Amino acid sequence: MPEIFAPKSETELAELISGGGPYSIEGLGSRRGLGRLTNSRPTLSLAAFQGVAAYEPEELILEAGTATPLRVVQKLLREKNQMLAFEPPDFSHLWGTSHSGSIGGLLATGLAGPRRIKAGSVRDHVLGVRGVTGRGEIFKAGARVVKNVTGYDMPKLMAGSFGTLAAMTSVTFKVLPAPETEETVLVSVQDDVKAMRVMSNALQSSAEISGAAHVPGEGTYLRFEGIAVSVAARRDRYVSRLTSNCEIISAQQSRLVWAKIRDCKAIAHDAERALWRISVAPMQGAAVAAHVARQSDARYFFDWGGGLLWISLPAASDGRAAFVRSAFKEGHATLFAAPEDLRKRIDVFQPQAPTLAALSKRVKSALDPKGKLNFGRMYAGV
Amino acid sequence: MIAMPLPDAAVLARRADIAAALRHMVRPAHVIDTPASLKAYESDGLTAYRQPPMLVVLPETTAEVSAILKYADDEGIKIVPRGAGTSLSGGALPLADGIVLGMAKFNKVLDIDFDNRCAVVQPGVTNLAITRAVEHRGFYYAPDPSSQIACTIGGNVAENSGGVHCLKYGLTANNILGLEVVLPGGDVVRLGGKHLDSDGYDLMGILTGSEGLLGVVTEVTVRILQKPETARALLIGFPSSEDAGQCVADVISVGIIPGGMEMMDRPAIHAAEDFVHANYPLDVEALLIVELDGPPAEVDALTQRVKSIAENNKASTLRVSQNEQERLLFWAGRKAAFPAVGRISPDYLCMDGTIPRKKLPEVLRGMEELSRKHDLRVANVFHAGDGNLHPLILFDANVGDELERAEAFGADILRLCVKVGGVLTGEHGVGVEKRDLMPEMFSETDLAVQQRMKCAFDAKGLLNPGKVFPTLHRCAELGRMVVHRGQVNFPELPRF
Repeated sequence: MPEIFAPKSETELAELISGGGPYSIEGLGSRRGLGRLTNSRPTLSLAAFQGVAAYEPEELILEAGTATPLRVVQKLLREKNQMLAFEPPDFSHLWGTSHSGSIGGLLATGLAGPRRIKAGSVRDHVLGVRGVTGRGEIFKAGARVVKNVTGYDMPKLMAGSFGTLAAMTSVTFKVLPAPETEETVLVSVQDDVKAMRVMSNALQSSAEISGAAHVPGEGTYLRFEGIAVSVAARRDRYVSRLTSNCEIISAQQSRLVWAKIRDCKAIAHDAERALWRISVAPMQGAAVAAHVARQSDARYFFDWGGGLLWISLPAASDGRAAFVRSAFKEGHATLFAAPEDLRKRIDVFQPQAPTLAALSKRVKSALDPKGKLNFGRMYAGV
Repeated sequence: MIAMPLPDAAVLARRADIAAALRHMVRPAHVIDTPASLKAYESDGLTAYRQPPMLVVLPETTAEVSAILKYADDEGIKIVPRGAGTSLSGGALPLADGIVLGMAKFNKVLDIDFDNRCAVVQPGVTNLAITRAVEHRGFYYAPDPSSQIACTIGGNVAENSGGVHCLKYGLTANNILGLEVVLPGGDVVRLGGKHLDSDGYDLMGILTGSEGLLGVVTEVTVRILQKPETARALLIGFPSSEDAGQCVADVISVGIIPGGMEMMDRPAIHAAEDFVHANYPLDVEALLIVELDGPPAEVDALTQRVKSIAENNKASTLRVSQNEQERLLFWAGRKAAFPAVGRISPDYLCMDGTIPRKKLPEVLRGMEELSRKHDLRVANVFHAGDGNLHPLILFDANVGDELERAEAFGADILRLCVKVGGVLTGEHGVGVEKRDLMPEMFSETDLAVQQRMKCAFDAKGLLNPGKVFPTLHRCAELGRMVVHRGQVNFPELPRF
């Protein structure tokens, strides 16, 4: 087993980074299954940076140590009828871990759930960060207020950076009121192309849809959230204009439906298979699925109005990366969960155009010139 | 005045050659070099600062922008990007030895894609023109900075512009999906697109609000939204700012995020009422406008909830708009607050800090003390929902040391904002005006981390130098928007 360092303070963390490395950066370790596999190296555990430092519901902010468990944060928020509006998923079952991880991991992976289409992603809700760069400098960026344009928006840069730029110790999120209730309309749609149309029409209407997913064989799910009178009014109007059959799913059942979609449990996937997560223009979803599903035994479903395609394939020797990525011109495909040998062999993240790849390397070097933090986790050499 | 980088005499000496070289890259008529024409570019919305540029170039294509940036990088020439020039912080202030890269000719809406709920536009398209291009299908572009009739989407990206509806609908950063950007040196990168999540580092996130220091935006993909079915406003007067502030906190605590929530203090209420006769109550200390939008059933229900919250917080007057005309009248006074203050004072400084909302009473009390200390009046308008405060300091530059006192007052206010946990700028940007205040909020290391990001994009530091980051030579004078006898650039634009 590689060595584990667990600094107790930012100063200790800075000393470890200045004096050592390279390291694998870890919060609670729930997301190890995502990203490129790299050579074994000592772990820099951020587990000590735990606890909610500030939660001010009326200011719509929550600040916590990066290793604070997501479930702790969500419990606190629920007590005040608030939420992280981007709907953090729990993918632990895909990566063989037992818990939904830390809010630092959430920031580092930048993954949002079904409400992405209405409320934005992790990057849209991070207001401030503290941490230590690969140069061993303790820094802060952003602030603890919801509206701020002072200096570069470094907190956004940290979202989805997989710990390659800084070891974050603290994060401040914007939090929002949770909807009082929800309902889902399940529209009977068999054909993927038609499903894209149904979702697009709903999203173009004033129905304020907060979730739009299509599961082949089940139909198209459309979620209405808000205060009860508003949910009822919007749902009634939507349904009255609908020409297909539909079923109304009430709040309790609706929550279960969206948890399944959010956590990618709407299809059968197991550890022997390769799970791809593909982000494309929403109306493109069906065409991409049709292309990839020519492969035998493909299992897939759509979220984000068609813009997010989850597709599970048998783990062929080359992972079919080039085949999957040839299905679209604009967008990206991530090998989200797969056997280790596959993760070693193929590009987990969509390869970038040369000018963009060069810029990404320069950004990495700016904060971590010696490659001490999660080097290679996103791209080779970054 | 805040010092700008010293002009490079060697570059200035080559001015004619540089103009000739640029004329090979763009249509010759798109290189501006006569003193009279250059003067039109000498300033932006921060009119206290004026500096004609060495040259102005108006490219029409991404390839032209790329050629210009490559040439400038090779030759060591500074570039200042410019949209409509409505920045309130000097973001587009020219440099004596720099080329202003005017993006006005990038004025086309390239693609409207209702199915994917987005539009692809060139950066010189105005903010309002995007809404105009999609409203026939009931859509709009959500961020609505007060200058939206003139400001361009490219400038909005540079400044991460907001507007009165941004608590509910987000800033520019939350409403763009893709960018095409030319980097210093001429490389072109495409970030994001019509898909919702861009991959890799969130470079779009750091470019948005980077104030023209990291790259030149040549194409923007924006999210468009269906307009809310209806909107209604409540006009609520309070006997104290504490009560008004508590009302705002209570509205949010019960789970309501209004489309807009604006507060004015007594001096601002009186100035606005004298100017536009919006029928504001004059016997209150604080006035709140709460706008609720959405389906009629929702707006009806939330109106009742907000009414009862207001009554529980000692509201002394409360009116609900009965029709669109009345809703707009409620807003008229608020939207006229800046010019209204301009009528009662020869000059004013407009500040732009954000504070945690709960600190409002403390900050207002602090401002009263500072008002006495500096012997100048101040009127406050406040984006109450998100804590963005715009104190307007009234003074007369022709009277003794009032300008100096106003500047000192403004500096004290911004320090107070930072001291209570707030920030220097909520929406106007750092630019030139708040550049030297950055150390009030950030440590040297914090600033170094940001400046290294600059280096990753612009190793030679030629893109918009002198903005955002304080020079070693720190100036004591602090940031503000100076308006002398109502003489602002774009006087026809509302400023709120």
